Amino acid sequence: MGVILFELALTFYFTATIVSIIELFKGSRITSKIILSSAGIGFAIHTACIIYRYVTAGHIPITNAHEATSFFSWCVVLIFFILQFRYRIILLSSFIMPIVFILMLSSSMLPREIKPLSPVLQSYWLGIHTVLAFLGNAAFAMAFGIGLMYLVQEHYVKSKHLGGLFERLPSLQTLDEINYRLITIGFPLLTLAIITGVLWAENAWGSYWNWDPREVWSLITWFIYAIVLHARLIAGWRGKKAALLSIIGFLTILIAFFGIKLLQKGLHVFL
Amino acid sequence: MKVFVAGLNHKTADVDTREKFTFNGPRLEEGLIRFKELPDVQEAVILSTCNRVELYANVRDTAKASESIRTFLSQFHNINRGSLDNALYIYDDINAVRHIFRVASSLDSMVVGEPQILGQLKDAFELALRKKTTGILLNRLMKKAISVAKRVRTETRIAENAVSISFAAVELARKIFTDLPKKVSMLLGAGEMAELAARHLIGSGVKEIIIANRTYDRGCELAKEFNGKPVKFDEFIHELVRTDIVICSTGASNYVLMKSQMQKAMKERKQKPVFIIDISVPRNIDPEINDLDNVYLYNIDDLQGVVDANMFERQKEAEKAEKIIEEEIETFLKWQLSLDSVPTIIALREKAEEIKKQEIDRLLNKIPEIGEKEKKAIEYMAAAIINKLIHPPTVALKEDSEDKDTIIATIRRLYGIDGEKNENK
Repeated sequence: MGVILFELALTFYFTATIVSIIELFKGSRITSKIILSSAGIGFAIHTACIIYRYVTAGHIPITNAHEATSFFSWCVVLIFFILQFRYRIILLSSFIMPIVFILMLSSSMLPREIKPLSPVLQSYWLGIHTVLAFLGNAAFAMAFGIGLMYLVQEHYVKSKHLGGLFERLPSLQTLDEINYRLITIGFPLLTLAIITGVLWAENAWGSYWNWDPREVWSLITWFIYAIVLHARLIAGWRGKKAALLSIIGFLTILIAFFGIKLLQKGLHVFL
Repeated sequence: MKVFVAGLNHKTADVDTREKFTFNGPRLEEGLIRFKELPDVQEAVILSTCNRVELYANVRDTAKASESIRTFLSQFHNINRGSLDNALYIYDDINAVRHIFRVASSLDSMVVGEPQILGQLKDAFELALRKKTTGILLNRLMKKAISVAKRVRTETRIAENAVSISFAAVELARKIFTDLPKKVSMLLGAGEMAELAARHLIGSGVKEIIIANRTYDRGCELAKEFNGKPVKFDEFIHELVRTDIVICSTGASNYVLMKSQMQKAMKERKQKPVFIIDISVPRNIDPEINDLDNVYLYNIDDLQGVVDANMFERQKEAEKAEKIIEEEIETFLKWQLSLDSVPTIIALREKAEEIKKQEIDRLLNKIPEIGEKEKKAIEYMAAAIINKLIHPPTVALKEDSEDKDTIIATIRRLYGIDGEKNENK
């Protein structure tokens, strides 16, 4: 059952991805309808899939790499729809759905069995810490997509070659605002995730900070986004610089996530 | 029954000539009625805009109609035939239909894709309907032209890109800023082009305008007109801190704004984006300013480049539109052909035969016991009835009369030949 739901969601995300790439070259009312409906159906099934797994496992399903990437994709799609509702930028799907699909695909290839929870994870901190961290990172992922769109549009306007997407991309101001807003949402979530993580670490391992690779990278990410916000407020680093920083920030997150996974060291190995 | 077009437009006649042929106000109604009364004209529509004067008609004989329309035009506008013949183009049949579809879809316009022409065509048709100068052919043709134009607009992107410099500037402003009404713009110098661009900006919602002109009095005048705020020319640099859009066209022979000055202003305004349009020749703004982050500087050539690119886009879209038009011409001509008397006679007979067959079958189903002889008699009677009933309309269709189009249309309608849907409501 869980497998069927997962594969179905994956299929719908795949359709949305393909059509969103077509949208990039030849957008129409029909393509945007297909993207929104298939992503919407995929999201609904995905939600059901996560709930199903939660019920079967008896705890929040973010305890292995398969579950983590799946839940992260879910957060990204959630934010995509919130933005869609507020700003109606269908082109955002072309920048975001491929990422969602690749994440879901890699999730599908990771071991899926539900193992009994190790004693360390059996805590209410699990839900709070992970959901905060994932929502925060999903907001950063979206800022990454928006940042890319900003760079494309800014390139058109600056170079005076108003190419294919110029018409359909939103204004620079809108993109910059969304970028800023996403970071102001992501940053407090990341901060809270780190704080809850620290408290949980004290609880589980008896020490607040263990210089575990994930902890270190989270801190680095936190500093990057702190710089993004600070530079914007104090030095007026907006527009292109802000877009670039949010792209660098998200790449750091990706390195942290997959790099540490590959190294398989440290206390966070279960994720 | 033929569609006929006689007209002149911006390509065949200069503005002087076009002016002389314009039908405006009450002259239009008068002209339309007199045009309809010409002996060779059965239906009439007049489209008169600043770029074209066109007479659409339903005629029998192109040569005769063309002659009487020429005479009518030269008499009505009091112009000699020579200058008329030079400017006038005449189309009939398929070429006339194509021309009208192209005009409606704005493919024949001076600025291809401009949207006003469709409204003007609608007005011309409405006037003709009010004055009852149209009938079955032109009614159908005009409605079709309007729907073709709409199809072209939705299926191609012919009207999407800005094709004038000041409009291109506004389009760019929209892609840099979201909330134009909240933006402050500044007019630096007061050339004609700058004024035009400013008007376009106000049209798109910009409210606050600062005007810095070398002659302060002229600046004040403009400020009054635009409801803006005049400042002394030397002080414009201080205003840059709160200005989002600058339109510059001073007569200066050197740069009035240098990179270092702009850099300082950007720092003070915390890098909030600025859009600068320099339409002065020679340029008044240091081109290196475009290298600064969040500053977008366009000079007149850059804007012209945008316009050219858009024009090229439109040309490509126009080719798609021509294809749509060819399709639509085909369906229209098919319909027109069916309006001829021979296909109508055939359709009428088929309809009658069909009714006959249905009724006989139904009767024989009810009383299957009757013999061959009775059957024959019944069939004979049914055939006699339908023949007698369709004889008079068939004769009327074969006769050569003045109002043959009306007779055909009436018969088709009364006998329900075109189905339930009637095109000539």
